[in-house]
Amino acid sequence: MDMFNNLIFGFTVALSLQNLAYCFLGVFVGTLIGVLPGIGPLVTIAMLLPLTFNLPPVPALIMLAGIYYGSQYGGSTTAILVNLPGETASVVTCLDGYQMARQGRAGPALAIAAVASFFAGCVGTLLIALFGPPLAEWALKFGAPEYFSLMLMGLVSAAVLAHGDMVKSLAMVVLGLLIGIVGTDVNSGMARYSFGVPELTDGIGFSVVAVGLFAVAEIVSNLESKDQREVFTSKIKNLMPTLEDLKRSAGPIMRGTAIGAFFGALPGTGPSISAFSTYMVEKKVAKDSSRFGKGAIEGVAGPEASNNAAAQTAFIPTLTLGIPGSATMALMLGALTIQGIAPGPQVMTSKPDLFWGLIASMWIGNALLVVMNLPLVGLWVQLLKIPYRWLFPCIIMFCAVGNYSLNNSPVDVYMCALLGVLGYTLAKLECEPAPLILGYVLGPLMEENLRRALLISRGDPTVFFTRPISLSFMILTAFIMFIMIAPAVRKKKEEAYTSG
Amino acid sequence: MRSDLLHNKDFLAGLLMLAIGGIGFYMALDYPFGTTQRMGPGYFPRVLALILMVFGVYVLFRGLKVAERVKGVWGWRALACITAALIVFGWTMDRLGFIPALVAMFFVSAYAGHEFRWKEVVILTALMVPFAIGVFIYALGLPYPLMVGFGGY
Repeated sequence: MDMFNNLIFGFTVALSLQNLAYCFLGVFVGTLIGVLPGIGPLVTIAMLLPLTFNLPPVPALIMLAGIYYGSQYGGSTTAILVNLPGETASVVTCLDGYQMARQGRAGPALAIAAVASFFAGCVGTLLIALFGPPLAEWALKFGAPEYFSLMLMGLVSAAVLAHGDMVKSLAMVVLGLLIGIVGTDVNSGMARYSFGVPELTDGIGFSVVAVGLFAVAEIVSNLESKDQREVFTSKIKNLMPTLEDLKRSAGPIMRGTAIGAFFGALPGTGPSISAFSTYMVEKKVAKDSSRFGKGAIEGVAGPEASNNAAAQTAFIPTLTLGIPGSATMALMLGALTIQGIAPGPQVMTSKPDLFWGLIASMWIGNALLVVMNLPLVGLWVQLLKIPYRWLFPCIIMFCAVGNYSLNNSPVDVYMCALLGVLGYTLAKLECEPAPLILGYVLGPLMEENLRRALLISRGDPTVFFTRPISLSFMILTAFIMFIMIAPAVRKKKEEAYTSG
Repeated sequence: MRSDLLHNKDFLAGLLMLAIGGIGFYMALDYPFGTTQRMGPGYFPRVLALILMVFGVYVLFRGLKVAERVKGVWGWRALACITAALIVFGWTMDRLGFIPALVAMFFVSAYAGHEFRWKEVVILTALMVPFAIGVFIYALGLPYPLMVGFGGY
């Protein structure tokens, strides 16, 4: 079968010594930094992004993907041991994982999280290999109107389904699109929003935006209040889950994987919503739902499987359509662009080594996570004890040097500082930065496709509604908006995000 | 009343959107608008800025109606120190080189924390500067002078 040939090809790419080394390095560094409290996957990727710019595309992407799921797994470790979620997706893991740790069962919680993630990761990888190619083939038929509608759908659903207020999130998408405009207009050669600064005519660098909005803003938020944490370190003795634990977890892992894989593949939705929904489902199907929130292993296994499955399948729209589903995927897409690869359905055929190598390396990376993390738990626990006042200057260092190295110019560092102020202000006013970065990444493409679509149609805007594929994206967009405006659904979403 | 508005989350958010949208729209007036068929460079930005302003007005009025306060405190000091640390780094880097820039950055940024312990910051800097040189200058091969005027490049 074709898929297997492709996968084997992928493995030959991924198993080359160089790529394997970068995969390992990515997973290791990702976990190492992801474990550090108060540093989520987004910040980790944002701050390490510039380190990969000097690599060739394949190892760079492999390493970034490794950093991504490494930090995701590291985040779960922190959630379980310190009750500090690095990102929204691991909020759910905190609920029961931390309770398990308090009961002296941190070991089994960590082990089940690793197993659940591995299983979900494997399924996710297979799904990408299975659905990626046909989807990309279909997407090759898209013209400008289809792309515009698809991007609109991705952005709207990202804003609407994301954590937080819907109207503000939509506004953040628009703000992101505006920031994406900064630079030289491709069609007319005119510099827009450059404020007379020559460096800005190239646009605001992608990693400048990511670091400023996420890393800098997050550090300041963390420094607002004194950090108080209680690490359950002495109590990790027995790593092995009991047979009972495994039996209880099998169902949740399956269901979590299915839910996560579904949500992850939708453009605009990511790991957080799948982890929350899985937790709700598990609570409903459980015979005795009162155990949840008090250290039920199902409450760790399900959401962990779910967010990992979603993390994997999120690569489907990102790699095949060029539409990122979450802020993290937007970072991956940005990295792709920086490597000089135009994201979209043609990547699979024009860069098969990149596509299949990346997929195979995801599986390898997931395996590495299990092999590496269980023995290294002791080391991660030690890292948890590092006080934040030592950590944040080091993060700032990576951000500063990384951004300086983009163009060997201090302007990028200054821009990053400015965006940090914006990012922190937005965070305080509860405007989510994730939709913003999606808008920023898709902005230039969206304008280009809008222009092209209307040029072809001679200025007739109905072009978006007369072509069947474009029309169905538009209908879906409207549908997503309408159901989220409906009070009942809105309440459910809030419930999912708050109570879990 | 006025001080209430200063703590009103949605009022401030709406105001910020209005301001950015307004500036964006005003600046885009300099770019040719074109027609829907042949969009000029001013078309997309103007439309976006307008949409942002509409959202801004909506959020602002919602804020006046519901009046939710901004949660927690503003970390002005931390924000100022981190911003200053980045700017100091960029400025020093161009004039004095990698090591002085890093040292300055560490000291300024450490000031953002709740407690500033001289000893700890000195040790942290002493550990991280060689690490940074190893990673960025040697491993990644970035061509920066370690210290201007003291050999190096």
